[in-house]
Amino acid sequence: MNDIIIMVIISLGTLFILLAAIGLVRMPDLYLRMSVTTKAATLGVGLILIGLALHYMETSITTQVIAIIVFLLLTVPISAHVIGRASYFIGVPMWKKTKIDDLEGMYNTKTHTLKSGFEEEPEPEAED
Amino acid sequence: MNLEDFLAYIILPILSISTLLVFIRFLMGPSLSDRVVSLDLLITIGISIIAVYSIVTNRPSFLDIAMIFALIAFLSTVAYSYYLEKRKKNE
Repeated sequence: MNDIIIMVIISLGTLFILLAAIGLVRMPDLYLRMSVTTKAATLGVGLILIGLALHYMETSITTQVIAIIVFLLLTVPISAHVIGRASYFIGVPMWKKTKIDDLEGMYNTKTHTLKSGFEEEPEPEAED
Repeated sequence: MNLEDFLAYIILPILSISTLLVFIRFLMGPSLSDRVVSLDLLITIGISIIAVYSIVTNRPSFLDIAMIFALIAFLSTVAYSYYLEKRKKNE
């Protein structure tokens, strides 16, 4: 019974990783590729590690697995944000069917500061 | 069919196929950022292969290597993006 649960969990995780790999090959754009890989790979690796913790059922291994999963959940969005920001600066092209680019003209390319688009209006109670 | 045979004959080949697909993107990625993203996913799939292999061979000490891989993936991605941004700024 326990083996069947572990098999189902690990198969789900493997399916997510396979979908992430197919999406990485098939998607037309760097930004769409990042959105596939970060979500699907995190969920797949998390499910496989949970299956490993259920198989061994020891305290030391379970704490190690929880540490790895928490570290992945913390760092994968940060690294995706950092690489996406860097590739927007160096001019990686978007997909030609992309409709809206909200960041267009908002970044200062020299100092890398971001404008919000509302700088012209003076704020009356800024000193308060 | 017990758990070890299932993992060794079904799960590990699927993980190998997905590693090959990611490696195709690593070879033909048009920009350098594509290669960095696919390298990140390669290391992430490596963590899951280590986890499955540790069940197959019944050695839980492989998990230490998985934890080090998770550290290296984050560090390498942040370092690559830092130098990508810096290279553009100095040109």
